[in-house]
Amino acid sequence: MGGEVLRTNRFLRDAWPLLVLVTFLGSVGIVSLYSAAAGAETWSRLPIYMRQGIFFGIGMVLGALVTVIDYRRWLDYAWIIYGVCVVLLVAVLVIGKVTSGSQRWLNLGPIAIQPSELAKWALLLAIARHFQANQPVQGYYTLRDVMKPSAAVALVALLVVLEPDLGSTILVMLISVSMMIMAGLRIRSLLKVVGVGLLCLPMGWRMLADYQKKRIIIYLNPQQDPLGAGYHVTQSKIAVGSGGLLGKGYLQGTQSQLHFLPEHHTDFAFSVWAEEWGFVGCVLLLGAFLLLIFYCLSVASRATDPVARLIALGVVAFFFWPVFMNVAMTLGLLPVVGIALPFISYGGSSLVTSMMALGLLLNVHTRRFLF
Amino acid sequence: MKSLKWEEDQQEKLPPSRKHIQWATIVIIGVFLVLFLRLWQLQILEGETFERLSEKNRIRLRKIPFPRGIVMDKNGQVIADNRASFNLMVVPAEVEDPSSVMERLARGVQLDSHNAVSLVKQARKKNPFRSMVLREGLRWEEVAWVETNRLDLPGIWVEVEPRRHYPEGRKAAHVLGYVGEIPEELLKAWRGKGYRVGDRVGRSGVEKTLEPYLRGRDGGIQVEVDAKGRHLGVLQEVSFEPGADVVLTLDMRLQEVAEEALGDRTGAVVAGDPKTGAILAMVSHPSFDPNLFSEGISAETWKSLTESRDHPLTNRALMAQYPPGSTYKIVTAVAALEEGIITKDTPIYCPGHYTVGNRDYRCMKKEGHGWIRFREALIQSCDVYFYHLGHLLGVDRLARYAKGFGLGSPTGFDPDQEKPGLIPTSAWKKKRFGTPWHAGETVVAAIGQGYDLVTPIQQFVMISAVANGGEVMIPQIVERVVGPDGRVLASLEPRSQGRVPASSSTLRLLKEALRGVVQDPRGTGQRAKVPGVDVAGKTGTAQVVRMSERMRERKVAVPYRHRDHAWFVCFAPVEEPKIAVVVVVEHGGLGGMEAAPIAQRVIQAFLDMKRSGDGRGSS
Repeated sequence: MGGEVLRTNRFLRDAWPLLVLVTFLGSVGIVSLYSAAAGAETWSRLPIYMRQGIFFGIGMVLGALVTVIDYRRWLDYAWIIYGVCVVLLVAVLVIGKVTSGSQRWLNLGPIAIQPSELAKWALLLAIARHFQANQPVQGYYTLRDVMKPSAAVALVALLVVLEPDLGSTILVMLISVSMMIMAGLRIRSLLKVVGVGLLCLPMGWRMLADYQKKRIIIYLNPQQDPLGAGYHVTQSKIAVGSGGLLGKGYLQGTQSQLHFLPEHHTDFAFSVWAEEWGFVGCVLLLGAFLLLIFYCLSVASRATDPVARLIALGVVAFFFWPVFMNVAMTLGLLPVVGIALPFISYGGSSLVTSMMALGLLLNVHTRRFLF
Repeated sequence: MKSLKWEEDQQEKLPPSRKHIQWATIVIIGVFLVLFLRLWQLQILEGETFERLSEKNRIRLRKIPFPRGIVMDKNGQVIADNRASFNLMVVPAEVEDPSSVMERLARGVQLDSHNAVSLVKQARKKNPFRSMVLREGLRWEEVAWVETNRLDLPGIWVEVEPRRHYPEGRKAAHVLGYVGEIPEELLKAWRGKGYRVGDRVGRSGVEKTLEPYLRGRDGGIQVEVDAKGRHLGVLQEVSFEPGADVVLTLDMRLQEVAEEALGDRTGAVVAGDPKTGAILAMVSHPSFDPNLFSEGISAETWKSLTESRDHPLTNRALMAQYPPGSTYKIVTAVAALEEGIITKDTPIYCPGHYTVGNRDYRCMKKEGHGWIRFREALIQSCDVYFYHLGHLLGVDRLARYAKGFGLGSPTGFDPDQEKPGLIPTSAWKKKRFGTPWHAGETVVAAIGQGYDLVTPIQQFVMISAVANGGEVMIPQIVERVVGPDGRVLASLEPRSQGRVPASSSTLRLLKEALRGVVQDPRGTGQRAKVPGVDVAGKTGTAQVVRMSERMRERKVAVPYRHRDHAWFVCFAPVEEPKIAVVVVVEHGGLGGMEAAPIAQRVIQAFLDMKRSGDGRGSS
């Protein structure tokens, strides 16, 4: 009994900074969505911010579930989970729901899930599992050692790009490559992988349908579609810039309130926040993300099991890349490719998988003394 | 328990090492620093600029619509271009009091102000800053009025948009087709091709088939405006890309002659080069004015066009299916010669009727032709002769030859619109009606009656094949497509679907007989004679309703819709064919009387043009 209490205490001691950060980020998301989607059309009777709240709750439960089952059990089933995700991704392409030209959601009764989000989480586990099972011979990995996980990543990336969801494809690749580097892939080998990837690009390109190609071209060069993507960026910059030092105040953002800013509750949620809370609010929000990432890094550096450390670093990549890309996109630093900002953008699948990723992090953190 | 030292060693040895984590930390801090600096730049350094832009949302997005590619005939005459059209635009959010503004607007512009008010009010809730069209096609006075009263009309302005214009009006309307707002099903089918709701696209004819070429790309402009919607400056501009220009094989001078020759009759004329399949004229009457669609057609006009019994929107040259009548004897003749059933000298006796089972089938000449041979039979269009051939051939052999001539299936000219026609076989009948084929049906089929159905364009392919020595050409209408940069994107390449199943000697015999149809004093197609030129052709009179003997004999006035269709198919000059012409006149009666003179005028005009030397490149 005493031992149990001790463990709970230890869990709380280890996890409280994370719980505080997640609660803060989740609340910012809901508060921000309340503003962003005021008056926006909802696809059910529940307003969007309430749905986000419900998903937050579901995420908490699933995150806790991921935490309590030993991470080594998760690793044992990593490839099976990966396989399920691939089946779901194929199902999306076959029977998925088409929304504004993309086929990304799978209808499961009352809810629609986005398998590409779950696939990121599954890949994180699968890659960790691969390196756990294959220890490096000379302290680093060569190209041959990463063939299997690269193929797994390529398959997921291909299925996701066919939806087409360029944003998720980029994230899948960035997270996976980051993990491979962290696992000890030699830089020389990495350059080879990148080279092969570049050579494969034309082939993959040819596999795309005309309209998919066109969409990607517009993604990469918004100037091609001045009434579409180019407009988003201009409006986003105006929203962010007009926030000034302290912002226009909650629910006072003219750009978003007046529907000037498109997709303001998904891809441009950060712009809504930036407009209403200004530079100070942005520093606070980005600071919270930075603290979250530092927390993950500290978990990684304190881990004694190499695979646990790799999982923690995978979680770092899992959050770092979308935060960086989404914010850079809204600030006009990167082309708009449709990447959600974790916890802030509306979307159940993204929110729940983020919590599940943090569940893995806590999982390895609380079990660091077991070795 | 292993020692702490050992653990640390392990950590250093196995990746991810501390070094990896340190590097990651440095990269992450660096990237966040960039984000913070960018935020500083946008929110602190340039904050005021952006605040000014955001105050009253000063950015207006305006489309710069592309002009559609121009369509010309083969001589460079423009038959579809663009004209400036003026649209009355509104940004709903800028109209503070919709009722009073619309009322004011209605003083100078024809507008259903009540409707406009509710439109603006609705849009204010949904997309308050997206500009929308209040009315299209303003008149000059209206444009001037709006411009002079602009200060009193916040949120209202006039936009210029290129609109499709057909300078020739109804002429060649079916060939050109028309443009209209993109329908929902096309929007779905062309998903991802950059089409938006409200876009105008080709809906029929060349406008539709060449849509990918004729369409350009819209440009866009981001305009900074003041609180009253007044233009302050341009923030960003992307220019439009015009569509590619198209040169057709059509010759508008010949088209005009053909339209005039057909006159008020209902029917179709197809004329073209038999060697290349290039169409020189294509008439379908009754017609419509494609300009009606350019400014948005009224529901009333649309209803009158679609519900009219005359079907003016139907391109009869491609879509109307008629029994070929005696023009089909060309096929029966070739089949019989090729199958060795007759030679040119085989005599067949025509007593004026032909009996199959217990039924008599009449010849067009009641008293009969007596003993008659191949050439005479064709010249005089003896039905009994061909009943006989048909009976000996059987329907399936006959069908094989008909199909070999391109009858009974789309020619490939316009897959979207063309109708297939019908060449019956015994298997078809079994499948369609579940009953076996009868010999009586064969003899009827042999003279192009019964189930036989063809389209004028198929007839053009057939007669062209006879003229050009046996090539079944795919008719085409595009001579070349020229991109905005002057590059030729496509050009006419004659395409053959194969050869007719006939030897050159059979075709020579046939040609000679067809020449007789026009040139011989007993020929049924004499009215197609052109002085100084040998014309070869075949008349056809296709029964619409089987009339009783008594009715024919009594010569009672047949109701219009029960009268026969008149056909004439021909080419000229016989030795070196330069033009093939097909004419069908619905309920026109005898082909030789009604259709042949129309073809004659077309051939005459064509040869005159060639002779005067300005029918350049027509062969």
